[in-house]
Amino acid sequence: MSAEHDSPQSEGSPPVAKNHTVDAVVAVVMFILGAVVAFESRRLGAGWTTDGPGAGYFPFYIGMIICISALGIFYQAVFGKSRDGDTFVDREQLGRVLQVLLPAAVYVLAVVFVGLYVASAVYIALFMVILGKYSPIKSVLVGVLVNAVFFLMFEVWFKVPLFKGSLDPLRFLGY
Amino acid sequence: MEELSALMQGFAVVLTPMNIGLMMVGIILGVIIGVLPGLGGANGVAILLPLTFTMSPTSAIVMLSCIYWGALFGGAITSVLFNIPGEPWSVATTFDGYPMAQQGRAGQALTAAFTSSFVGAFVAVVMITFLAPLVAKFALKFGAPEYFSVYLLTFCSFVGMGKGSPFKILAAMALGFALAAVGMDTVTGQLRLTFGQHELMRGFDFLIAVIGLFGIGEILLSMEEGLSFSGKSARINPKVVWETWKELPKYWVTSLRSSLVGIWMGITPGGATPASFMSYGLAKKMSRNGAKFGTGEIEGVIAPETAAHAAGTSALLPMLALGIPGSPTAAVLLGGLLIWGLQPGPLLFVEQKDFVWGLIASMYLGNLAGLIVVLTTVPLFASILRIPFSIIAPVIIVICAIGAYTVHSAMLDIWFMLGFGVIGYVFKKLNYPLAPMVLALVLGDKAEDSFRQAMLVSQGDLGIMWANPLVGSITTLALVMLLWPLISKLIAKIRTPKADELAAQRPID
Repeated sequence: MSAEHDSPQSEGSPPVAKNHTVDAVVAVVMFILGAVVAFESRRLGAGWTTDGPGAGYFPFYIGMIICISALGIFYQAVFGKSRDGDTFVDREQLGRVLQVLLPAAVYVLAVVFVGLYVASAVYIALFMVILGKYSPIKSVLVGVLVNAVFFLMFEVWFKVPLFKGSLDPLRFLGY
Repeated sequence: MEELSALMQGFAVVLTPMNIGLMMVGIILGVIIGVLPGLGGANGVAILLPLTFTMSPTSAIVMLSCIYWGALFGGAITSVLFNIPGEPWSVATTFDGYPMAQQGRAGQALTAAFTSSFVGAFVAVVMITFLAPLVAKFALKFGAPEYFSVYLLTFCSFVGMGKGSPFKILAAMALGFALAAVGMDTVTGQLRLTFGQHELMRGFDFLIAVIGLFGIGEILLSMEEGLSFSGKSARINPKVVWETWKELPKYWVTSLRSSLVGIWMGITPGGATPASFMSYGLAKKMSRNGAKFGTGEIEGVIAPETAAHAAGTSALLPMLALGIPGSPTAAVLLGGLLIWGLQPGPLLFVEQKDFVWGLIASMYLGNLAGLIVVLTTVPLFASILRIPFSIIAPVIIVICAIGAYTVHSAMLDIWFMLGFGVIGYVFKKLNYPLAPMVLALVLGDKAEDSFRQAMLVSQGDLGIMWANPLVGSITTLALVMLLWPLISKLIAKIRTPKADELAAQRPID
């Protein structure tokens, strides 16, 4: 693992992982996945049943292909001559990605309870205040406005009902 | 000339005030999607698909194909003005488009890009008009082995034509097939790979995968860069358009060559990106100004744009005539057809004449309407890109979540979308191609069915794949494609290949 292949964006920020390391890890995950598919297919009947090929006949070979290509990727990542030593992600980049990903997960969780419209408005407003450093008034305005447009578009014009959540705070609107 | 009268009938079906209105709405939505980061042709159409559930199939497909055109045109705006290729196939457009914008000739570059997109797509639609019915007629005679050999060819060409590690292409593809197998087995009715989870019974819908992989994945990628756009402003006035149009006929050879390259490559899957690069390379080699390519040569915009759009449009031919889409976006359109109860494939041309010709007619009209709309409204759309990322990013995530939810009205799908987003981010960074995975997810069940039927006929003997000259030659061609990475290595050992100077820039899609 030499440092000379570092990509230019990673000045200052220490790399969290290199491409070939992640490559190898993903290959291992793929191999396990392929093995699970193949085993499950064998259980379902990968052979020939009385009325033709069994339910696992096709997925079994798919599982095998995943396993074989995972081995190939693993070999290329660990022993290959042209393995990719560039930084997969450095600490600063990982931070930025998680800044989006984690709130997104919280947002989806919130959707379960308060529904798409309310959760989305709150999510957009908070995202703008915290990450975009906008004033709360402007942020809330954008959040509400965007969702009002969505509401009109989906519920009123195209008549596609969206998820209102188990608490259904927008019940009073009658949709 | 049977096609022409059928086409005229198609125009009659499409040309209602309602449909023309939907066409305009579709184009504008499409351009917005094409301009916004994280939303492209495939996931944009996937997100807007539910909006069309309540419409008649003809109106719906008119709107969807216009969204598709809009997204294609929108990709050119970001390439030229912001040096950000919205789609993998607009990468080659940035080579000369962005330098032109830097020199203050953005209007000219955009006019050239839009007009050549129009020309490329138009030539391809003409080709579809006359070729698709023939292909469909031919394909009516196909049996299960023939179908499976065509599926095989589709997937093997990804390996043969793709860039990057063949193992990764195979792995991505097989993963798509495995995900497609989850749920109820269509033949025996058994539950497969659900591991006792009832929610998995429905399986993984590829629309969710498309929205997550391309939408959320793209947002995560752009976030990582800590985005700040620095775009050139563009003003297109009729004078610039007119001046550019006067100049364009000079390059008719380039346009024609690029259209043909695009059509040829477009029928094979994943062809738009290689087609745009191949056409750019050819134009560079054959043009008198070849040496100046890359510094803002208008021909360098015409060539890739024409080819990419000819290819993107040609990808609809196998989708319509055989039911086998050539690109993720065509796959999403196919998903739409299935939802409206239309079975794409040769029978569509016999049983749903109105619909097919309505679609083809709307391709002509949508393309023309798209050209007019983008030429008149570019500054408006370019200003969308100036909205700060901290507003755009959450809005796009919300749009993706809404899109994922509306497909089946299932909350779990939003979680899957988020999961696919992470997969998309990691795969993109590790150079796994996403297109084969999406196509495998779409075609998984059908490919499996035709394979099982073929095996039933032959009682498990693989020899049926070579039972007659037709199926035999397609299968052999597929295997050659599959082994192409090895074959090309062998050829390279025998004689040293000429270096492909553009290989490094070509993205993996």
